[in-house]
Formats: sequence, structure tokens, C-alpha cells
Amino acid sequence: MVPESINGEKQIPYKGVGKHRPEGRKYAPPIATCADYPESGDKRVASLKEALVKSGLKDGMTISTHHHFRNGDLIANQIFDIASELGVKDLRWFPSASFPCHEPMIKHLESGVINRIEGSMNGALGRFASEGNMKGVGVLRSHGGRYQAVQDGEVHIDIAVIAAPAADAFGNANGVHGDAACGLLGFALADSQFADRVIVATDNIVPFPCIPWQIHGNYVDYTVEVDKIGIPEKIISGTTRITKSPDRLRIAELTAEFCDQAGIIQDGFSFQSGAGGTSLAVGEFFANKLRERKIKARFVRAGSNKYLVKMLEEGLTDYILDGQTFDLEGVRSMRDYPNHVNTSPFTSYNYHGKGNFASMLDVVILGATEVDVNFNANVVTHSDGYLLHGIGGWQNCLFGKTVVLPLPLFRDRIPVIVDEVTTITGPGELIDVIITERGIAINPKRTDLIEKLKASDLPIVSIEDLKAEADKICGIPKKPEFTDKVIAVIKWVDGTVIDSVREVKK
Amino acid sequence: MTKQIAIAGNEGSRVRSDCRIELEILKSGGIQFQLKSKVKALYGDKIQALVFDMLDYFGIQNARIDLVDAGALDYILAARVEAAIKQLIDTDKEYLPEFLPENQYTTTKDRFRFTRLYLPGNTPSMMLNAGLHSPDGVILDLEDSVAPARKEEARYMVRNTLRALSFYGAERMVRINQGDMGIEDLQFIIPHNVNLILIPKCETAAYIHKLEKAIDALKPEHPVYLMPIIESALGVENAYEIASSSENVVSLAIGLEDYTADLGTQRTREGKESEWARYRLVNAAKAARIQPIDSVFSDVEDEEGLRNTVMVSKQMGFEGLGCIHPRQIAVIQDCFKPTETEIDKACKIADAFHKAEERGLGVVALGSKMIDPPVVKRAIKTIDLAMKFNLISKDWRKDYVN
Repeated sequence: MVPESINGEKQIPYKGVGKHRPEGRKYAPPIATCADYPESGDKRVASLKEALVKSGLKDGMTISTHHHFRNGDLIANQIFDIASELGVKDLRWFPSASFPCHEPMIKHLESGVINRIEGSMNGALGRFASEGNMKGVGVLRSHGGRYQAVQDGEVHIDIAVIAAPAADAFGNANGVHGDAACGLLGFALADSQFADRVIVATDNIVPFPCIPWQIHGNYVDYTVEVDKIGIPEKIISGTTRITKSPDRLRIAELTAEFCDQAGIIQDGFSFQSGAGGTSLAVGEFFANKLRERKIKARFVRAGSNKYLVKMLEEGLTDYILDGQTFDLEGVRSMRDYPNHVNTSPFTSYNYHGKGNFASMLDVVILGATEVDVNFNANVVTHSDGYLLHGIGGWQNCLFGKTVVLPLPLFRDRIPVIVDEVTTITGPGELIDVIITERGIAINPKRTDLIEKLKASDLPIVSIEDLKAEADKICGIPKKPEFTDKVIAVIKWVDGTVIDSVREVKK
Repeated sequence: MTKQIAIAGNEGSRVRSDCRIELEILKSGGIQFQLKSKVKALYGDKIQALVFDMLDYFGIQNARIDLVDAGALDYILAARVEAAIKQLIDTDKEYLPEFLPENQYTTTKDRFRFTRLYLPGNTPSMMLNAGLHSPDGVILDLEDSVAPARKEEARYMVRNTLRALSFYGAERMVRINQGDMGIEDLQFIIPHNVNLILIPKCETAAYIHKLEKAIDALKPEHPVYLMPIIESALGVENAYEIASSSENVVSLAIGLEDYTADLGTQRTREGKESEWARYRLVNAAKAARIQPIDSVFSDVEDEEGLRNTVMVSKQMGFEGLGCIHPRQIAVIQDCFKPTETEIDKACKIADAFHKAEERGLGVVALGSKMIDPPVVKRAIKTIDLAMKFNLISKDWRKDYVN
């Protein structure tokens, strides 16, 4: 069903969880020599344009960026504006994620400067791609899958541009200091290690050494000083806030109660919960239970935020293992506390490594746009078929010991539980519990959980019952219609293709 | 009718689960239907089919319809469309959504009414999940939370909601408008199994009698209970008369915003200004053997303040409060939960009572102490309450060892 070849590259179809065996050796970048770099350590060039030209920017290259600046990124658009100015064509943009601020890329996709995006496509970019307007086929990978693809040599990065809140002239860089502080730069780790050329851009150059060196200058070819690399208030959300919606709070409360009754919340346990309003509320309800019982978590894996920082400061967790920092409190904590640790997709998520942290988590709390009656879930497309979200760390987190999806049963009349998801992003065998405001469904594979919750007063029902209730309330929706044209593929954590996304019929 | 274009419902970036319809009846040209909806790809056909069916039902052959939808469910769409149609044509016909079988329950006079959740009757998104928060009662409000210009369309919304939205076992309540308008409201709610009607600004028993007559005329299949809200100085003076005006009056509530306004004073958190009225209301209700219910606590962010208020209220003898936010429900319920000591004591007394009964004794004794009947009654009530909150099992006496 999935295409065997895209963008001229052969693809391996998804084989099942843990079934695909990688072979060979990892990719390695060309060997560099100090003879080519200034002994002074000063790798500064005058402009981003000069750095790109010196890096050999030409047609067909792959340019990577990271998304730690989220919607406040000022660098990615500039790269392709420069490429356009230089008349360069057919580039592959390889961001770790895209945001609404990247809407200007559409003109470069239209003019042929960019051939395709391999990374998340949301909002206007998602619409553009979904309507069949992108020249190449998009590829969506998880954060871990992106690391894996680079490490395995599936994606060869020609030039990596790493925007950094603080850096020295040698290229050592971090995310904790400066106006654009974003906490850490973990998403750029693979880019720094494996790209042919690495450019560090900053608006905050500090004398050597730039400490902590989250990115090592030894990987870096050129450093560039710019006026402004990001818009702070759009980089760091000042408003990571627990939901006020009573319905979402109810879902979060049920989630915490479920985890408690399942025996998950114990002294020394670990969890991961996102930065969305409901996920934050789940974390807060967990914290309340820990406080009441005078126990603590060993670690929380996170996009960190003020609520988790409070937990750390209150001693409700020993460590925060942070993959991306969501607010200023998170940045402060990352800067000040040794037990608030910066992590990367390599340590946390890479499936082609000797283990990763995600599988050690006792419980992970995730979202989804749709879940089918076999617990397969979709996070990338909306029910109308349009690309909506990136995968983020979602697929990687499915390897946690218990995977819980707190979801509303329907959104704007659209049922979340369906017969068949529009796009499979994660296999049902890894998804354990769906928690909605109207009932909780446990995957029949988790007989242990079913047994533990047998006498529970929680509203536990079958997933078929949940679906029937959603259909009764909303009415059964029509399926979206697609053409035969594949506009993007979804990679599984091991680089195989788990599903494809087709052009929406207008 | 002279009016040619009708508008009903709401649209806007913050509007969810609702729609806005603009309807113009034309002389010719058939039906011109325009739909803007974020669920168009998935539900566009269904929405159009519903609208066309309604136009057909009301005999409209030529019309222009602009519908802006934000994920409204069918019964919500239908309420808006009907509200628009009825602005333009005179008809007694009603387009009723299916009456959910699970909504056809009755309640009892003496059931607990600790929490009752107010919901604006013209804001469907807030109603959708109301019952899931387990209030004792869900109130669809036609009165203060509905703007005067929207009163009519709110009636269709409340009617359809009573039929098509599951209340998940909560007592189905409607707050009607004041005076004659409230009497007109009845035809939209009585035939649709409303369990209890809240009567705002109630001042006299005569109004209750008038209302009951109007209710009877609509021939309800089940009893319809009444909860008059006392919100004025005169109402407070007539509290007992109102409380005892009918068998169907089950609770007496107090509304302090309007009451303090009537006194010409301000409502304060300490509530000194309304103390007398509240005591008076409790006493009147108890004298009539019905439930006294306290006003709402309006700061939804202040959980601690709410808790303190409920504890005071409980001590005064009130048996419930109004809620203006679902998050208040659990806090209020928690305050009305009997404590462990209260349950222990109640179990001892009730056990002694049952033992005496089993032995055919007329007198209940605990050790050497005689227990008065009202004490026994209170103990049994405490145990009922404990059962409601799952604090003791229904067959607690089975393994009860004193």
C-alpha cells in the first residue's frame, strides 16, 4: 500500500514493531582537518549569505534547521530567501519541525527554490502540501526518526544552520543564555554531528568558551553574528497554562486517577507529559498525588515548563530530563539546576541506538487526532485529510511502559474514535489506554491493566462502546476524498514507511 | 408577516458547537443554500439534508439560507433553523429532535440537591458535557444569562436540549423567566420532561398557584417540581407562604445578588447584610419540610473561599448551593459529605435502631442511653448521604460489628 519509492529513493515498507533489522555501519561526515580552520578559533564570517556560499550552497542540496525557536524563528526563512537570491533550486528543507512563521516558504516551494519539506507541515504549509502543490513528496519523521535517518545515512545533510541564543566564535553554542534563550539545542545535535557543513548563527556572541557547550564548536565550520535570531516572546511561550476547560480538566483528572489505580504512581516512578493544557493538568494532578503521599518521581521527561520546575523545586521529582523548554521558568531551571538535564533525540528517542530513555518511562501521556477501534492512532492529519501536526516525539514515546491518550470523545462534532484512522502514525499494539470525558477504554492486549482495574469505579468501557457513543452524538461523518497522488509519507521510528498521505480532492 | 430576513444563533472565532443562520423567504427560485463550516467535508451533506428537511416540513419552497457552522450537532442546528423560520412564518408545528430514551426519567421530591449547575440556555457548547460533571441538577437557564433579544431562540435551544442531549442522570432543571414570560416558557419545557422548574424573583404564593395551573394545562406525564428563588425583600417576608404553597415545591433557594440590590446594599463576602434573610429562608423551608438552598459563589477561581462559604452555609442549615462552573461541583459535594466521625456515630445509632426494630422494641437504646426519634432520623439521613458518596456500602450492616 505504501509507495516503494519516493523522490527517487527506495523505501522499505513498515514490517511491524521491532521487525526491521538495520544493517551496515552508520553514516559518517567527511574527515576534517584543523589545517583548514583558523588556529585562533575564530570562525566568524560576515553574513549568513557568506557562510552559505562558503559552505557551497548549490542546487539539490539538503539544508537543515532546528525548531527550538518555534514560532519565533527568524533564520530558516532567511536561508531560503538567500538561496532564492542566489538562484539556487530544488533544495530539500529538513527542519526538525515547521511553524506558522514559516508560511513564507510557500513562495520558495512555488518558485522551485525548495523541492520539498521533510519535517512537519502544519497550517498553511500543510494545506499547500495537502492540496498537491509541493513538487517533491514530503517525509514526516519523529524526533527520534530524524536522528535515526541522519545517523543511518538515509538523509544526508549538506548544510546545517544552527541558530543559537549564545555562541562563541569557535562555534560552541547553547540555548540557556541570551535574549532568544530557548533552554537547549538538542534537536540540532544530529545536524552538528553529521552534516557536511555546519553554520552556527547567533545574536549573542560571547568570548570563548561558551559554557555550557550544548553544541560543540569542533563540529562547526562557520559562525555568523546576526542582529536578531528570534522573537523571544514567540520562542518561549509566556503562557504555558493548565487548561481551564472543565471538560479537559475532567479528562486529566480521570487520567491521573486511572494511573493511580493502575499502581503506576509510586515512589521512584517516571512519566512524560506534554505542554498542552490537558497534559499540563495531568502533570499537576500527578504532583498533587505525590505531595499527598509524600513520595516523589525519579525523573520526568519533558518539554519543561513552570509546573515541572515547581515539582523539581518542591522535591517531587529528582530529575527533569528535558528535550525542549517551553517557558522562561524552564529556561531558568535548565540554566540553574544540575538536575534539570538537557537531552537530545539521540539519548531519548533514537531507535537505532543501544536503547533509549523513552522505553524506560513508566507512563507517557500523549495526544492524537484520531484513534481507531484497534487503538491505531493518527497525529499527523486532520479527519478531513489535511496535514495538521508533526509527529514530534510521539512515535518514540509509544515505547513507554504504559501509553495513555487522554482525548475528548469528539472535537467540533468530529469523533476522535473511528473505524479506521485517516493516517496511521502509531500501531495500536503500543497504545494502551484511551481516556475520554465519557469513558476509558483499555487495550485488550493489556490484560494486566484490565485485571488491576477490575473493581474500579472509573467508567471503563470498550473502545467500541466509545465509538458508538461518539457516533450517536455526532452522527457518522463522511470520509474525506483523496486523489491517487501521494503528497507525503510517514516514517516509523526505524526508517520504514508506515503510511502515506494523499492529495485531498477539492 | 412583514419581516423578510431572519437571523438566529451565533458565529465568531470563539463560538463552538453552534451556528448562525440567516434566512430569507423568497417568492421564487427554489432553495439557495450556502454553508460555511469547519466540518463541511465530513458533515456538509448531513447538514444540508437536515435544513432541507426542515424547510420542507414548514412548507417553505423558496428561500435563501446562509449558514455559518462551528460544529453544531443536529439538534443545535435544528433549534437555530426553527428559531429563524418562526420569525418569518406563523405556525404551531414543531420540528422536534428524537427524544433520547435515557432522558425519560423522573426524580423524587426528597432527592439530594447539593449542587445544581447553571448553564446559559442559549450557549449550546457549555451544555454538551454538563451532566458528566455529576451535579445533582443541570439548569438550562432562560432568564438572566440570556440577552432579551435572544429569549425566543433560547426557548428552542432549551427544548431541543431537553430532548436530545443526555443529562447523565442529573435532575433536569430549567430556570424560566419572570412573570408572564415564565408562563409562556412552559410550553417549551413541560412536554419535554423537565423534572424541576426554578422560579426566579418569586414573591408570592399566588404566582406559584398561577404557574401550577399553567403547568397542569400542559398535562405533564410526570410530576414537575418547583424551586422558587427568593430574591427580594418581599419574597423573604413571604418565604414560608411560598415554601408551603404547593406539594410540588421541593426547595427554596435564595438569590443574593438581587436581594442585596433590593435592600439597596452591596453583597459582601462575609454576607452580614443577608444573614437575616438566609436564616429566615432556612427556617421557612424547614418549617415546610423542604430543602433550603443557598445562593451561588461567584468567584470561580477561589476554591478556598468557596469551601469556607459552603461550610458556613451547611452549618446554617442549607442543603445545597448553585454552581456557576463545573469545577465548583466537587468542592461543594465534598463539603456536604458526612465526616468519618459523623458516619461512625450514625452507624451506631442506626444499628441500635434496626436491632430494636428486629426485636420488636419500641424504644431505641445505645448502651444505657435512650435515643430520641429525631436523632435516629438524622442518623439514617447521614447514612443515606454516606451511601450517595460511596463512603459506606449499601449493605453496611452485614458485617457491622459495634
